[in-house]
Order: sequence, then C-alpha cells, then structure tokens
Amino acid sequence: MSNVPADLRYLKSHEWARLENDGTVTVGISDHAQQALGDLVFVEVPEEGAGVTAGEACAVVESVKAASDVYSPLSGEVVASNSELGGQPELINQDPYGAGWIMRIRPTDKAQFSAMLDAAAYEAALAAETH
Amino acid sequence: MPFNPHTAEDVREMLAAIGAADIESLFDEIPSGLRSGTLASVPQALSEMEIGRLMSERAATDAPRLNFVGAGAYEHHIPAAVWAIVTRGEFYSAYTPYQAEASQGTLQLIYEFQSMMTSLTGMAASNASLYDGATALAEACLMAVRANRKSQSRRILIPVAANPRYRQVVNVICGNQKVVTELVPYDPATGQTTVAGLDQYAGEDITALVIQQPNFFGTLEAVDALTDKAHAAGMLVIAVVNPTSLAILKPPGEWGERGADIVCGEGQPLGVPLSSGGPYFGFMTTRMDYVRQMPGRIVGRTIDLEGKPGYSLTLQAREQHIRRSKATSNICTNQGLLVTAATIYLSLLGPRGLAQVAGTCMQRTAELVEALTAIPGVDLLFDGPRYNEAVLRLDRPVQGVLEVLAGQGVIGGYDLSRFYPSLGNALLVCATETRSKADIDNYSRAMANVLKSAASA
Amino acid sequence: MREKTIFEHSSPGRSAMAQYPQGSIDVAIPAALRRRTAPALPEVSELQVVRHFTRLSQLNFSIDTHFYPLGSCTMKYNPKACNQYAMLPEFLGRHPLAADSTGQGLLQCLYELQEMLKDVTGMHGVSLTPMAGAQGEFAGVAMIQAYHKARGDFGRREIIVPDAAHGTNPATATMCGCTIREIVSRPDGDIDIDGLRAAVGPQTAGIMLTNPSTLGVFERRIVEVAQIVHEAGGLLYYDGANLNAILGKVRPGDMGFDVIHMNLHKTFSTPHGGGGPGSGAVGVSKRLLPYLPIPVVGIDGDRYRWMDEKDLPESIGRLSAFMGNTGVLLRAYVYMRMLGRDGMQRVSEFATLNANYLMHRLRDAGFELAYPERRAGHEFIVTLRKEARDHGTGAMDFAKRLLDFGFHAPTTYFPLLVPECLLIEPTETESKQELDAFVEAMIAVRNEAKSDPEKLKGAPYTLPVRRLDDVRAARQLDLAWKAT
Repeated sequence: MSNVPADLRYLKSHEWARLENDGTVTVGISDHAQQALGDLVFVEVPEEGAGVTAGEACAVVESVKAASDVYSPLSGEVVASNSELGGQPELINQDPYGAGWIMRIRPTDKAQFSAMLDAAAYEAALAAETH
Repeated sequence: MPFNPHTAEDVREMLAAIGAADIESLFDEIPSGLRSGTLASVPQALSEMEIGRLMSERAATDAPRLNFVGAGAYEHHIPAAVWAIVTRGEFYSAYTPYQAEASQGTLQLIYEFQSMMTSLTGMAASNASLYDGATALAEACLMAVRANRKSQSRRILIPVAANPRYRQVVNVICGNQKVVTELVPYDPATGQTTVAGLDQYAGEDITALVIQQPNFFGTLEAVDALTDKAHAAGMLVIAVVNPTSLAILKPPGEWGERGADIVCGEGQPLGVPLSSGGPYFGFMTTRMDYVRQMPGRIVGRTIDLEGKPGYSLTLQAREQHIRRSKATSNICTNQGLLVTAATIYLSLLGPRGLAQVAGTCMQRTAELVEALTAIPGVDLLFDGPRYNEAVLRLDRPVQGVLEVLAGQGVIGGYDLSRFYPSLGNALLVCATETRSKADIDNYSRAMANVLKSAASA
Repeated sequence: MREKTIFEHSSPGRSAMAQYPQGSIDVAIPAALRRRTAPALPEVSELQVVRHFTRLSQLNFSIDTHFYPLGSCTMKYNPKACNQYAMLPEFLGRHPLAADSTGQGLLQCLYELQEMLKDVTGMHGVSLTPMAGAQGEFAGVAMIQAYHKARGDFGRREIIVPDAAHGTNPATATMCGCTIREIVSRPDGDIDIDGLRAAVGPQTAGIMLTNPSTLGVFERRIVEVAQIVHEAGGLLYYDGANLNAILGKVRPGDMGFDVIHMNLHKTFSTPHGGGGPGSGAVGVSKRLLPYLPIPVVGIDGDRYRWMDEKDLPESIGRLSAFMGNTGVLLRAYVYMRMLGRDGMQRVSEFATLNANYLMHRLRDAGFELAYPERRAGHEFIVTLRKEARDHGTGAMDFAKRLLDFGFHAPTTYFPLLVPECLLIEPTETESKQELDAFVEAMIAVRNEAKSDPEKLKGAPYTLPVRRLDDVRAARQLDLAWKAT
C-alpha cells in the first residue's frame, strides 16, 4: 500500500512531477519507490543549470540493496536541485512528495507534463506490477 | 575419492530418502547424447605422498638463482609470522564477508588495511584490493572517466617511462569502452617524464594524466610540476606507486597543490612472495569525493544492535551483484588473502621498518650500480635520483649476457630493448634489502667474466 | 568480546626489530620528494601482531570450521596438500621474468593443467591468465567481439543474458562496450526458447549462459539453444560457476559452447581466502583459438615456454602484468592430480547426491522449493515467502539465526527472480551427518519463526557482534581509522 497523491503526475518508472505556479516542474520519486528501495543512503542530484532530456537518467538514488536511476519526465533545464539530500537522503523516505523532492525543471515542452500518467493510471500500473 | 566422506551405507540411505534407484538417475534430466566418456587427458589419481614427490621433483629443476630483477615485482624479506597466520584455515578457507557478523575477522582486517593504505598514499579512502597493479591502473582510468565530469574525450596520457605492460593491459581492458591512451615522452638524458612533454596536448580535452613514481626505469619523476600542470589543464591525476617507497617518498596525496586524485599500484612488495608471477594484489585509494566511483569492495565501520562497533561491506550498490550492467566494474572475487598478508606485513614492519627497507633498497641499488659500472663495457644511463632500480647500457646485446649469467646462477635484470629499442643494449637492474654485499660481489664478478670476451662485431 | 584495532595496540617507538635492516641509512632523496611525516602504521611488537591477527582469524566462519552451503560459491574442502606443494620454495621464490629455461618444472605443471582443463571442458585451447571469474568473463566476451570484428561483422554489439544471470554477466558486457538483452526464464527454470528466437538477430554478438543455471537446474534444451544462437551468427559463452554439478559428466564444449570460463577457486578447490585470489581460466573452441589471452604455456619438443604476442598475434592481449595467479594455478593442478580421472567424475556425482538429498529432506520437513518438479544439480533453491507472509520473517532473518546454530548461511536473495530465497550448495565434501544437522537447524529456526518471530529478527546473538547497521555504514562513511 503506498500513497499516491491525486494532484501529481507520474511515470511508470515511479517518478512524480508537480507543475508549479511559475511554470517549473518539481520532480521526485514516489512513495512506492522509496518503500521498495528501503533506507536511502545517498542521492546524486543533477547539477543546477544542466540540461535534461525526457526519458533519460539524470539522478541516482542509492539504498543498501539497490542503486536506481531517476529518469527525467521532461526535457528542459534544471533550475534547482535539493541540496538537503546530500546530508539527509532519508528525507526521500520520510517525505517523498514534499521535503524529499529531487529537482526542479524549466520544461521546454509543457505537453510532456500532460502526457504523464495521472494518479489513477499510476495506481493501476502499480496494481498490475504486483501480480 | 580423496575428499568425499560417503560410505556405501550413507549412499544407500540418501538414495532412499530421495527415492532414486542410483546416483546415475540423478542426472536423468541431462540429454543422454551429451554425456561424456572418460577423460583421456586426466591421469589416474595420485595419493598425497605421490603428488608431493612429483611436485618436489618438478621444483628441484627450478633451482633458485640470485635475483637482480624488479620490473614490477620485488623480492623482499617476508617475516615468518606473515604466512603462518595467512594460512590459518579461518583466513585461508573463509569466503567473501557477505554475512558480516560471521566474518568480523576478515572485515576488521580489511578495515585496518584500508587505514594503512590511505595513510601510506596520503589519500582519504581505499578499497579492499583489485587483481594486480596493471588492472588497478586500468580500473583507475575507467574511474577517472566517470569522475571527471568536465571531460568527454576519454583520452588518458601515459608516460613512455611508465611500465609498458601496464599500458598494454590498460588498452586491453579499457579499449572497448572507448578509452584512448596517448604517450608523454621522457628526457633521454635523465629518464624523467618532461613537463614540456605535456605541451603537445595544450588546450585539448584530456581526461587524466598517469604519473608512475618511481617510473619503470626506477627514476624519480618531478611529481609536483606534473601534477600541477595536469590539474591546470583540467585533467585528473592518477598516481601509480611502489608502496614500500612511500615510507620515504612524498605520498601522492601531497603531490603539487591539490594532490593526486586516484592512487593505485602493485601491492606485491608488501609481504607477498614472487611466486612465479602471482597471485599479487592491486591497491587503489582516492579522495572522499570520488569514493562512490571507486570499484571493488569497501569495508566500513558501523555499530551493531547494541551500539558496539563492528565492520561490514559498504557502498555495495555500486557493485556488480546489485548494479549489474551499470556497475563500476565487474569485479567480484579480488585478492583477499594477499591483502591479509600485506596487513600483517605492514603491522610487523611499522613506519620505521618500512622506511629502513626502502632506504636499504636504495642503498643496495646504488652499490650495485657502482660495482657494475666499474666494469668496462657497462655504463649508467639516467644519472638522476632513483629509487631501487637503475638502467645500465652494455657494450653488447643484453639477451646473450643474461643467458650466460643465468647459467651461472644469476638473474641479471630485465632486457629493455624490447620496449625501448632507442636505448640500445639497456638492462634494468634492481637490488633490494635481500641482496647482501657478497651477492653484489658475486654478480659483478660474473658480469666481468661475461664481458671479458670482446663484444662480437 | 571486541578486538581493538591494531592501531589501538600501538606505542610510539615500539617495533619488531628482527624484521628489518638496522643501522642508519644514507640515501639522497631530493627534498621536494622526501616524505615529511611518517605513515600512520602500527608500532607494535611481533607478539602483539601475532596475537591480534590470530584472534581476528578466530572471529571468522570458514570451511575449516563451519559447514558453508553458500550457493554458487562451491565451498568445498581446500586440501592442505594443495597449499603445501604450491608453496614449495622454488615455486614461491621465482621471479616472473626469470627465463623459461629456469622454470621447466613450473611450466610443466601449468601445461598439464591446461591439458586437463581442456579435457574436462571439451574445449580446444585454454589460457590460465584471467585472475578471477569476472576477468575470465571479460576475456570471453572480448574474444567473441574479436571474432566478429575479424570477419568484418561490426554490427554485433548485443549480448543476450537470462534474467536469472549473476551480476557479473551484464557488468562484463558493459565493460566490453556491449549492450544487454535480457530473456526470461520459464517457471520450470528453463530459458524461454521462443523468447530466445525473438531476441537473436544480426545484432547478436552472443549469449552468456550458466548450465546448470543459477536457478540450480539443467538447461534441458541447451542443444537447441546453441543451434538458435549459432544460426543467428552469435557465439555461446559458458559461465563455469556451476561446473561442479557436471564435472566429468557433461562437457560444455559438447553442449555447443564456444568459450567457457572456469572458477578454479570454486570447482577446483583453490582457497577463497576471505575474498580471493581466484582464477578464471578460459577455454575456447577452435574458432576462438587465435584470440586467447596471453601468455599461454606451449611446448617445443620437450621444452616448455610461455607463448606470447609473437605466437598469438591476434590474441586479445594481456590481462595482467605477468601471467596471472600462478600460485592458485599450482593449487588447482595438485587438486586435479589428487582427484584423477575417476575422482573428477565422482565430484559431480556426490555434489549432486548431497544436493538432492538435502533438497528432499528439507522438502519433507515442509520447506517450499522454488523448482519442486526438477532435479537439483549441485545446488537448489528454497523460498521462504510463505514464512515471510505468515510470520514476517525474511530470508535474511533466517540466515542470521542459522549463524547462531553454527552454520554459515546459504546465499540469500540470489537469484533475484525468486522471492525470499536461499540458494543452497552443500558440495561433495560434506558428510550425511553434517547435512542432517543442517536440516535440524533449519527446522528449529522455522519453528522459532512461528513461535517467536522477533527472535529471528534480532539474530544473531552468539557471534562477536549483533546484527550490524549497514544503512548507517553507508550513510556515515567510516572507511579508515583515525587517531583521535
């Protein structure tokens, strides 16, 4: 059982995205993902100013038993990365949709955001995965 | 069947429990057409007594000779305590410490090893070993590619005066990942890699510079100038070092303004016998910033449920069994037993002992050079500061001289003409603390004898 | 009782004086290159060193002290004779660059080892140089690539790997500049042949397989697998980690494999040493002979010698500065001579007997097998998913509690395909009594899981340390001792 906030968008690979008022998009990994990984020990965030491409790996989250790539849902520029994660990777476990955010992107194509799964579709994908 | 405990009674009871008629039926899933016949090339079994005798006879034909060759493997005195402890079953027959609570001996030992290697090299973190010095350098090159985010070229500069076999291994292991090695020349007068030799790459994207100290000729490089120049050009610096020499030489962590970025080398001098080429071990140390890019196992200190200190493998998510195709390396088994030997060796020698060994090696090599260059037909190349090896030029091809010396019980050195034809009849000689004054006298007498006859026209 | 670190035993000025040259030494090191502060090495007496490391050794489980059924690791007895004869002083003191003429005894041992390994694997050439299984894998994939390149076939960059494969396989493919294509295993453990047919094509460099697979079962349609891959123009690589199951019974060369690596530290009983050294000797079919990594031992008349670049100009090259883990190779040689022809076949027979016996006893005791319809090879998988669901205890908890019962735990969580799994490989050198005792311990642990699951979760209790916090180990990196 994992928490899937209704107001966010998702990728099948367990990233979430939130469209902010200023047009940027905040990205992180879902509650399901942090549960599967277990206690996070390290997060490699992208550099501010770096360009990202939709569908390509741009960050790494590492637990004791796995190191997983985080895929950018959108193409664009990284305007901010969560520097708190350096000293406190467990923020992702504790608050994956809030304090555990990973990066904020200024997208080049807003349509990519709408193409992501909505909460219901992501929940359905999760249900299919566990069978 | 020498090592199986099964009696006929055991076999009967076990087959009954399985419900199988005989052992053969346990293989019934294997297509019968695949079943092989007898092994024609495998002789019938020998008892322990018989194999012991055979091995002794074989060993007897390989009588030891007085050794004056280094070129990447060095003969040092190994205290008796080292291998007495290393061959204890609890170390010898233990496995990789995946169940940490049942492997605290091995894990604590590796932690102590890591501590010693970081201090010896002047760096912050060490791994638990790689296969040997050459593969350690190959892994260091791949690590530099990962760690140097600002560089895209995957070009690595390697001195011509660095171990040529290491260069070959780097090309074999790294070539398929588009790493390209390029050469930096040395000054033929001094044997040193020149800072000016880096000028030809000015303004280009180079990922890393390898600096070997001492270099393959035994010559001491201008490490500070080379390090600073490399860093100024955006390259990472990979140091390849002789661990014994670090007792008296400035460690790579203190080279130039910022120190080297990755340090590696051959650990064999630390308590590991020459053993006809292996097993040895490669070591690697680095800055804390790059520790997640470092391949191989790493041991960390932590606490247990009761808050007491203990040791376990850490940062395993980088490794093959978890990260799989994105792993830092495919390395799994490394050289644990040799690390055990090195840790015990370093504990017995301590800082003073290791410095005495290193200093004595330098001294013996100087005495050897003096004795041999007194012979007509033997000249010294590269009259600069050196550690435990020197390059001599003979008045005739080295190969023939070495053969005659071998017949007289002396391994005279390494023939450099194969990799360095421009040096002519060049011989790389080495004398460690294991060579006495009498040994050196024996060698120089033998050499004088060989060179007495006129060099063939 | 915790052991202090060796550094905590140090006293400034203390040393083991017998072990290094005394007296003052006058050497000229330029000031800029001189070391200024002594390295932080221990300053202890010889007795302190001996006592410290002897006591550390006593904190370990090892084959010499404990039953060690680590699946896929083949923890069989390491005969003492192998160590003793490999360490004869003439072999031990020999410099690798000494002339071949001064090492004929050694070279003869290594040449005969090559010949025996060729025979047991059904291959046409062997190189002893790779220093571990992973290096053997690298050599194998590199040779496959060299073969395709030599034929001008540059498009083959894909290596097919079953989803159950050991992690070194995909890691190796990446190191060789290839990409991976995973194919699924069926519920009965065999590869999905239709999936394989769909996966092969002109992009296929080859397939990496273990047989028996990492699931512990024999790939029954291996001949067909070989045909499909060969017809598509790819080559077959055999991961020899599980050779113990078929030694003397089936030869990878006869199954159609083009290249194999052997783990001498598994099948041929060279010591695991707390994490190596191993040896990953490779064997090849005729078409890959030109690419063998050098050096290889050859024979001219009655003289043995190392063959190098001149003899094998198309070799993939050298994998080490010298000739690989020679001391390990000598141990394997002694072991093979002590087993002999008949002994080699008995290995797989008794390894398989032990595995099947243990599997049946555990099944009869109510444990769930991952592949209940299949014969075990030399190892088998138990899944503890039922116990995890019913009592909240995972395979890790079982493993930790088994340690208290005096058994090293089996391999846990590999292969990744089977949830909460234990991969159990008893090997042929264990007695029926040892296996029975292990079954009793497993039953006892499961009873505890039922009645007192918290007991398992807190295990181990009787070892030098309690369960270790590996999250903390990764978050707060303490990788080297610092004097405070």
